[in-house]
Amino acid sequence: MRLDPPFLASARVLAAGELDTLFAALAARGYETLAPGVRDGVIRLVPASGAAELPAGMHDRQAPGSYALEDGGDGELFGYAVGPDSLKGQLLPPHQSVLRATPDEGGLRIEPAPTEAARVAVVGARPCEVAATTVLERVLIGGAYPDPGAAARRKALFVVALECRRPATTCRCTSFGTGPGLEHGADLVMIELDPPPKRGGDPGAHRFLVRAQSPAGAEVLAALPTSEATRRDADRRRDALGAATRAIAASSNPEVVARGLLGHIEAPGWEEIASRCLSCGNCTMVCPTCFCTEVRDRSDLSGTLERERRWSSCFEVGHSLLTSGPVRRSVAARYRQWATHKLATWQTQFGTTGCVGCGRCVTWCPVGIDLGAEAAALAGTGAASRRGTT
Amino acid sequence: MTNASSAPAGTPVLVPLAYRVVARRHETADVTTLRLSPVADAVAPGRPGQFNMLSAFGVGEAAISLSAAPDATGEVQHTIRDVGPVSHALCTSAPGDLVGVRGPFGTDWGVDDLGYGDTVVVAGGIGLAPLAGAIDVLAERRRYGGGRVFVAVGARNPDQVMLRAELGRWLAAGVRVRVTVDAAPAGFTGGVGLVTQLLPGLGFDPARTTALVCGPEVMIRFSVRALVDLGVPPGAVRVSLERNMQCGTALCGHCQLGPLLLCRDGPVVTWNDELATLLTENER
Repeated sequence: MRLDPPFLASARVLAAGELDTLFAALAARGYETLAPGVRDGVIRLVPASGAAELPAGMHDRQAPGSYALEDGGDGELFGYAVGPDSLKGQLLPPHQSVLRATPDEGGLRIEPAPTEAARVAVVGARPCEVAATTVLERVLIGGAYPDPGAAARRKALFVVALECRRPATTCRCTSFGTGPGLEHGADLVMIELDPPPKRGGDPGAHRFLVRAQSPAGAEVLAALPTSEATRRDADRRRDALGAATRAIAASSNPEVVARGLLGHIEAPGWEEIASRCLSCGNCTMVCPTCFCTEVRDRSDLSGTLERERRWSSCFEVGHSLLTSGPVRRSVAARYRQWATHKLATWQTQFGTTGCVGCGRCVTWCPVGIDLGAEAAALAGTGAASRRGTT
Repeated sequence: MTNASSAPAGTPVLVPLAYRVVARRHETADVTTLRLSPVADAVAPGRPGQFNMLSAFGVGEAAISLSAAPDATGEVQHTIRDVGPVSHALCTSAPGDLVGVRGPFGTDWGVDDLGYGDTVVVAGGIGLAPLAGAIDVLAERRRYGGGRVFVAVGARNPDQVMLRAELGRWLAAGVRVRVTVDAAPAGFTGGVGLVTQLLPGLGFDPARTTALVCGPEVMIRFSVRALVDLGVPPGAVRVSLERNMQCGTALCGHCQLGPLLLCRDGPVVTWNDELATLLTENER
């Protein structure tokens, strides 16, 4: 990687000890800040007011159907890959009100739910989920009927992305061009430049390289006590990203897989996957681009009704319900819908792939089905994993 | 087929406008036609083949095709079969009741470029409802020298034949209408058999025919096959397809059919080989 002068000109160095100034700058601009935090043994996105609340030293071990945290005791602040949360929840909340209607002199007063959004900053978003947010924007905001709530929430969202030094075994971003570095899409992008010093070392050596990727990001960056980045800092970032890239397993070429999948709609492999798949929908819930929602009315005895829109999953039998019954009755048909949509037909529908290679669906699948490996096998371009079938 | 227009500025896409039922007509034991008039703001006029999302407040929302072409009243007309909680509430709503309307959504039959050659309309059961507005337009055009119009209607039994007033009106306008039922009591003088069996005897010229087909999916597939066997080019066949819809605005993800989002790319789509494969393989 050749580093051009603009890179150095735009990059600043922030000492880890000054990270609180970022939280303060965001709070001063009216943002509620979410950052990684340990909840129930998992890294979630939680409200945070300072760097002391970050899960220092925590590292994750992810594998198909498995997630575990361990405390490395090393003080690294972002030493883990993606948890189950993604930026999806910020654009498309799991539950949201559509309208409220109250009886009103023989009629109904229909009040649309407000579509204004409060300012939210997410610190610690990964490059793959920034890419996923771009995908979601196309789906939710880029069509003929933009979702006004999603548009408002996107506008009110400030993203501080963290480039990845420690990918999980389930990470596949390099195959999708969505990581481990990030060249655009966030407001600020940082990388934890050096591992924190061992006990007794110089705490000033623990630093972040920070770049702005939007005008709002540049404005915040200008308010932070940063120093100039040197060519050596840029080299350290390059080396860290290079090491991460080498650590990330390659999956089959997504375009080849997409074509292959659509050519193997009748393959017996779908039935084999269905014999393991629980049709639980976990994969769709943790997926940073899965956007399916359903609309439900709830009314009370006073006649007031609330119409709610909430996440739904193509693994639910009712997802394809028609008068004649569900269209996709079998688990095989539902798994095929999810896989072919995510990896192939999404492209036709929205001009982009639906998968960013984040690996969440693999980690959080209770039986450890690896979408990428299965899809490659079905498409005739690789061997499927047969792990996690206990 | 024409693409749907976008939402009026400033209206949240999922929020319906209030309409009142101004007329109700029972078509069959379980099919009801409602005419709805706006309480204040109205939705844009829909083209035949498009659909609205209708709300039964407190029960839910369902995608229902328009069953009449727009007219000067600003009212919308829907013909609904009582098959689930929302359609039941709509079918049992009385004049004066409030119904929510959002739309119009989706592609339409494209009647603007029809009426020069022959048009064959093939309808099965409630599938006649989305076609009715198109037949209205074509029948009117026929009255003034437009192309020939043939309508083949299939119903389960004589009691299930709906939109009888419209059928009579189309006949009077010079539309050739044939009705067949799957089964009939003794003494029934109409045709008994499948709707596909009506097609060879209709008398259209396949090479200059456009066909519009709506009904149960299996009926659509066999009707298209029969039309193509008679010499109608597959690209001259338009079908209206149905999938679960929660939004009508390509946001909810439920109406997928392979690469299509049927609320956006359908419900009316031109027949092709890929569609045939999608309907027979992809979802089974």
